[in-house]
Amino acid sequence: MIELAGINRNFEVGEETVHALRDININIGAGEYISIMGPSGSGKSTLLNILGLLDQPNSGDYRFNDQTINQLADEEQAKVRREHIGFVFQFFHLIPRLSAADNVALPLTLAGIAPEIRNQKAEAAMQALGIAERAQHRPDQLSGGQRQRVAIARAMITEPQLILADEPTGNLDRASGVDVVEALEALNHKGITLIIVTHDPELGQRARRRLKMEDGKIIGDNGP
Amino acid sequence: MMRLADVFRYSLQAMLGHRGRTLLILLAMAIGVAAVVVLTALGEGARLYVLKQFTTLGSHLVIVLPGRSETSGGPPPMLGETPRDLTLDDALALYQSHAVGKVAPVVIGSAPVSWQAREREVLVLGTTAEMEQVRQLELARGKFINIDDPHRGAAVCVIGHTLRKELFGNQQALGQWLRIGERRFRVIGELAQQGHSLGTDIGDLIIIPVASAQALFNTESLFRILIQAKGRDSITAAMQAAEAIISKRHDGENDITVITQDSILATFDRIFTALTFAVAAIAAISLAVAGILIMNVMLIAISQRTAEIGLLKALGAPDMEIMLLFIAEAGLLSLCGGLAGLGLGMGGNFLLDQAFADFSITAPAWASLGGLSIALLTGILFGYLPAKRAAHLKPVEALTRRR
Repeated sequence: MIELAGINRNFEVGEETVHALRDININIGAGEYISIMGPSGSGKSTLLNILGLLDQPNSGDYRFNDQTINQLADEEQAKVRREHIGFVFQFFHLIPRLSAADNVALPLTLAGIAPEIRNQKAEAAMQALGIAERAQHRPDQLSGGQRQRVAIARAMITEPQLILADEPTGNLDRASGVDVVEALEALNHKGITLIIVTHDPELGQRARRRLKMEDGKIIGDNGP
Repeated sequence: MMRLADVFRYSLQAMLGHRGRTLLILLAMAIGVAAVVVLTALGEGARLYVLKQFTTLGSHLVIVLPGRSETSGGPPPMLGETPRDLTLDDALALYQSHAVGKVAPVVIGSAPVSWQAREREVLVLGTTAEMEQVRQLELARGKFINIDDPHRGAAVCVIGHTLRKELFGNQQALGQWLRIGERRFRVIGELAQQGHSLGTDIGDLIIIPVASAQALFNTESLFRILIQAKGRDSITAAMQAAEAIISKRHDGENDITVITQDSILATFDRIFTALTFAVAAIAAISLAVAGILIMNVMLIAISQRTAEIGLLKALGAPDMEIMLLFIAEAGLLSLCGGLAGLGLGMGGNFLLDQAFADFSITAPAWASLGGLSIALLTGILFGYLPAKRAAHLKPVEALTRRR
């Protein structure tokens, strides 16, 4: 499903050039469950951002479903994100003034889906994650675990092929962290490709395929 | 693309989510629009007030003055030439023209008027029955002077409101004989209180037949002739006829000046319209200031909501959609502010209108609509730049800022 070939990403920090990613080559198949681990500054978040089309590589090819997408115009990339990719962030990124249900439905609202359909889908997604009774609460009335499950419901509502999670449990206690990971794994069981960036070795070990990164390079990969 | 209803709902929620900011913008916009509405209403009120003052003088009025006030060019005449006086027959000859509706000759002088022990120096106006309609005079009691032959005098008079009070107090004035100079006149009518009418105080005057006034002041000449044209269209024809008829009677000398009520009226109309526009333009500047405030507040909003913008991008919102959201928010803010200002301005106009009874204060429709649309326009215009900045944020940079 995903092929990265010769991906480089550099940042200019003052006079220096930081090589966040050096010549990354990787293939990811549909339905895989992958963890990306490594110390801070190893480039794992940068890799995730590039996979999610939130950032552009300086060089290299990114092929998604046999289409080179890192050269596409902004509008086209937005379409790929909208239709195929779901995000879960460490800091949840819920909109504070919207109810949980409206936050979950937001991707469909932005895509211009009719209210009846999106409300129905939002309700089903929240039901699946066990937060249906919190639908009308605003984010500041929810616990951390509940907030992250709202974010997962939002990521899955568009039925994406790929879910990218950046430290999804980084801000949660262990119990809610396990809940959240199990929710993500349940999506993976349905065939959605899941990629998790984490510091937490225990979380990382749960993935079938584990990537280790250091200095912008992949130094370990137990996959094909 | 996002549904329009959702765009507005999202913007509305954003407005309600940041109340302080929203109130600030609403206030600025409301003051701007209210200023436009109130100031134009004041300008318009002044214009209408002046126009009303003029129309109480009578409409379609043409005034004939003896003497020529403009030079005709060419060499000065060989013999010294003084303009001929206007006579009563000159005035009556004007009826030859079809454009002329009514003619009222005027003789004016000042004379002591007395009744019993009271005496008062008053403006004496000698004229004919036509005056009543030409100047649109209203009678409180009795009737106006009405004599078939203008050449014949009669010992009757009509007195103004103030004069009646000064001479007669609370006593009955109708039918009383009073004295103007050495002559006695019977009061047959009293003018209603019409206030000042540019120039002359209608209250403090006494009206007698023109021939009586000529005898009283021992003169054959008229002070001026008032002509009421048959209609608005025949004003020019009446002017030309007056010049032609009188110059013929004066051996071909064009020795009169003819002016119209409408030319004076039009000048004042132009002055006050210009004034109203000028005041409205000044008020519109405050709208521009409000627009700049909107821009600043929207820029602050965007830096506060960077993470939100990043999220919208991550969720697949194209740049256009993000611009649309922020422009809609700015537009909605200025529209609400504009509507509040319209309400405020109309409320202010209502209070002013109540406070100044004979001065009608209502904003013309163009000012209300204009103020509102300028508010909307500045909101969208000044919302454009911040919206564009929001749309061009890089998603990864927007998202990595924590909130």
